[in-house]
Amino acid sequence: MIRERHLNALVLGALLALPLWGFWAEAPFMITLATRAAILALAAVGLNLALGLGGLVSLGHAAFFGVGGYAAGILALHAQSFTPMMTWPITIQGTTSMPLIWLVAVVASALAALGIGALSLRTSGVYFIMITLAFGQMLYYFAVALPAYGGEDGVSIYVRNAFPGLNTLRPLPFFAICYVLLGLALLLSWRISVSPFGLALSAARQSEARVRTVGIEPYRLRLVAFVISGAITGLAGALFADLNRFVSPAMLSWHLSGEFIVLVVLGGVGRLLGPVVGAGLFVFLEHWLGGVSDHWMIFLGAALLLVVLFARGGLIGGLTAGSRS
Amino acid sequence: MSLSLLLEQILNGLQLGVMLFLMSAGLTLVFGVMGLINLAHGSLYMIGAFAAAAVAGATGSFLLGLGAALAAAAVAGVLVETLVIRRLYARDHLDQVLATFALILIFSEGTRWLFGSFPLYLDIPAPLKGPVTFPGGFAYPGYRLAIITIGLAVALALFWLIARTRVGVRIRAGQADREMVAALGVNIARLYTMVFALGAALAGLAGALVGALQSVQVGMGEPVLILAFVIIVIGGIGSIRGAFVASILVGLTDTLGRFLLPLAFGMVMEPSAANIVGTALASMAIYILMAAVLVVRPTGLFGAAT
Repeated sequence: MIRERHLNALVLGALLALPLWGFWAEAPFMITLATRAAILALAAVGLNLALGLGGLVSLGHAAFFGVGGYAAGILALHAQSFTPMMTWPITIQGTTSMPLIWLVAVVASALAALGIGALSLRTSGVYFIMITLAFGQMLYYFAVALPAYGGEDGVSIYVRNAFPGLNTLRPLPFFAICYVLLGLALLLSWRISVSPFGLALSAARQSEARVRTVGIEPYRLRLVAFVISGAITGLAGALFADLNRFVSPAMLSWHLSGEFIVLVVLGGVGRLLGPVVGAGLFVFLEHWLGGVSDHWMIFLGAALLLVVLFARGGLIGGLTAGSRS
Repeated sequence: MSLSLLLEQILNGLQLGVMLFLMSAGLTLVFGVMGLINLAHGSLYMIGAFAAAAVAGATGSFLLGLGAALAAAAVAGVLVETLVIRRLYARDHLDQVLATFALILIFSEGTRWLFGSFPLYLDIPAPLKGPVTFPGGFAYPGYRLAIITIGLAVALALFWLIARTRVGVRIRAGQADREMVAALGVNIARLYTMVFALGAALAGLAGALVGALQSVQVGMGEPVLILAFVIIVIGGIGSIRGAFVASILVGLTDTLGRFLLPLAFGMVMEPSAANIVGTALASMAIYILMAAVLVVRPTGLFGAAT
């Protein structure tokens, strides 16, 4: 058995080594796979904050992923077609600058999370699951009904957005951007988990009554956690849009929300690097099983079912055999 | 806007409502009695539709198809309950979500494997193909009228089953206090399997009936599943009455919203813009309704206040 800290270093090292090897071996496909894993991991890091630390089973996180994606798609669309996004009351132009797009994506998805969270967190348990799912679906239908931004067909980003000083059109620099952002999100997530706020949030998950007794209102804690969680997932959505150079309502689909939960649980709920391990495993399975059979989803479903029924604690739990810190 | 057009839309809303009731009744019973969130309920709807389309296509009889749908969905329900769901009752909601999500992947991909990616079609039975003309000249499709009738009849039967029969007493007792019911000698495991199979059969029936209106394809159960969740949130978990009221409410809101909102916006803005705004808002109408109910009553219209 290995310590979780050593395993974490191994995982981050492996995620860095794969694309470097891909670069050296001139297999850009490997770099794209690793980038995809890093972005999905970032989205799941966001979800893990709500799910693992806060105990909030959100089945609507694809909504924030999609809001972030659409922020990138819409800004890029207007910049490419040289049309302003709006002219009244102030003129807002589109942009192809990644940092600016990230800012808009984070703010927009945080606002969406604030609205959805404020309503959903009035309830708990199965109600919370169903309501986050329903609001996610609402945004999905809203995106489908947006003819200005492609409706069901979505928006294409013809040229990947730019980052000052880097050539984002090449796979390796774009991977580096995603990897650094993932690292920063992990750092933030770790800082939160050891902060008084994180401890209170974790305590509210374990015993709501006790947290209330010492005078802390769980609703506020959870809402703040939900907003941060949504914002991180939204940032991942903006990167995902740039990876595929395409945004469509599929990014808001509830299937994706389910897959985010799967990523977190495959790795290990509430573990810092659980989402990264889960995303890596998911992308590997998708690539490997997808090559074996067109119907690989059946095997994914069966594997997931077995993990849930018989192997709780996820992959990190199994490898470290330690109780969750 | 003519009165008969409005009447037609109201009936369409009612038809959607009773279909949604067939879906949400089983789901809310499973929530209420077993405390389980079942995402795979939409798969049972899909299984019903596929069984109906396959059997009706092979035999030419719609009624046989309907029987096959009920049987296939109920059998699938019993299998799923005894093999998987039973192990989840004592687990937390996260495990239930994951395991039933896994079931969706297996069912959807399995159906695609068996039937291919192309949709199947289920023909409306010949006697119900034409419209029914009411006194006064208003005509409405006979098949949709039949769906409304079947849906209302099933709803009545379900109310009777829950309120008047021994099985119903046990189901209600299981909702209130499962340890006590078990202590009194009721076979809880069998009761659970039965409730699950009943819900599955209702979902299969809904799938088969709607299958003749739309195409029968993989994933058809998921939008309906999410609507059923909205209904349960509005109606209150475990309440059949709440599910019925909320189903009709959601069916009417959705259908009339799509019809009336573009017209309403057309009065204040140009037609093309009104159409866009109206359609976008109409697609969100039921979720706004749900949000409004949540603000007023977080446990739903008929849910027990906690």
